[in-house]
Amino acid sequence: MNVWQFFARHRAEILSATHEHLSLVLISMAIAVAIGVPLGLALVTHPRWRAAALAVASIFQTIPSLALFGFLIPLPFLGGIGPRTAIIALVLYALLPILRNTYVGLTGIDPAIVEAAEAMGMTERQILFRVRLPLATSFILAGIRTATVITIGVATIAAAIGAGGLGTFIFRGVAMVSDAVILAGAIPAALLALLADFLLGWLERRLRVAG
Amino acid sequence: MSTRTNAKAEILSGETTIEFTNVEYRVPGRDDRSVLSGISLKIHQDETIALLGRSGSGKTTMLKLINRLRTCSSGNLCVENQPVRNWDVIQLRRRIGYVIQEVGLFPHFTIEQNVCLVPGLENWPAERIKLRFAEVMQLVGLNPAEYADKHPRELSGGQRQRIGVARALAADPAILLMDEPFGALDPVTRAELQREFLALSRKVSKTTVLVTHDLREALLLATRVVLLDAGRIVAEASPEDFLKLDQKVARDFMAASELVTGAAQ
Repeated sequence: MNVWQFFARHRAEILSATHEHLSLVLISMAIAVAIGVPLGLALVTHPRWRAAALAVASIFQTIPSLALFGFLIPLPFLGGIGPRTAIIALVLYALLPILRNTYVGLTGIDPAIVEAAEAMGMTERQILFRVRLPLATSFILAGIRTATVITIGVATIAAAIGAGGLGTFIFRGVAMVSDAVILAGAIPAALLALLADFLLGWLERRLRVAG
Repeated sequence: MSTRTNAKAEILSGETTIEFTNVEYRVPGRDDRSVLSGISLKIHQDETIALLGRSGSGKTTMLKLINRLRTCSSGNLCVENQPVRNWDVIQLRRRIGYVIQEVGLFPHFTIEQNVCLVPGLENWPAERIKLRFAEVMQLVGLNPAEYADKHPRELSGGQRQRIGVARALAADPAILLMDEPFGALDPVTRAELQREFLALSRKVSKTTVLVTHDLREALLLATRVVLLDAGRIVAEASPEDFLKLDQKVARDFMAASELVTGAAQ
């Protein structure tokens, strides 16, 4: 059976897996952004925590994804089999690029502009929200874009702990030694990643502030 | 020249606005090197002081001490009879207009948002801000309606510099600090803006401290020239008297500006 025949025959199943996959990614990304961006903002005013926070976020990235899913299963409350565990792992993965880009974007703006803002008598908070944040938006978005593409890929492994998604086909195809079944998971996942990359890239360019 | 003489007479009667008393500034963490030392200077109301010096002479640092972008390591610095360290730093800065090199306009703000930043921070009513915007734009020779919604990147260097001056004047501060405000401009635009500034400073009376490395600019705009070298004040003179100075640093500046032929060897 070739890949197109498989696609045609299992269209409904592939669509629902894509839908599952997309939900995993969207929920994880929403949580990761909700944690990563405010944390990045907080690090600007509390630079003492910067090294520690970035180190912790980096550590999660160094753990092989399959192992991270495995580690989470036995944990009480957080762990177990299913999408919840997968989402936690995906959030931990997505955090570093978001946190790092937020922090670097906020602190990397032209020092002359920050000094001008200080000289105008803006408070630290006003500088953060009215100068740093708007100027760092496209940089933060670049981090979100990287994290999204990574998450779409890593989410295929979530099928290993019963979270569903396009990884289901990949694992099944590996077990069946069937390229067609593997591709039924891999092609939609790749397309999703490309689409997300394109859309977020477009948004990033739209929001970039020309100097 | 008669206006200068008048200005000088005013200086003698004018109140002291900014006073440096034996001020020293060392770079925090590098205690062995002082950027400024033994600085004593009285700046009177409505005076235009030019801080003249070579790169690294400490003139910009001296300016930044006034609005506390830098803090004195020792000595005393008063603004309006109050030591700067006792000022609420936000209040202090909002009372002092600041024009910098390369302008430092906010690229994500429109011209109107840039100019009206400090009045906005000070919670002026919207109507008053609108009026003030039109007023300061006219002062710097730009049409308010035409520029209000533009962004800094759409403007030329000279226009941006005018906006920088308009922004500094917006909240009508008594003190104006200018750090090489015309440094990044081509010679023709620079001369034009210098002339305009001179006219402007007659219209609005401000105590102005101007940092420059251009002797011609200092002589043209200032009522008093303070010469800095290696972190110390080496000379202080009216523009007329400056040309009579015979210190080497002063002669070097004159020679470089081709105002007097031949430096002290």
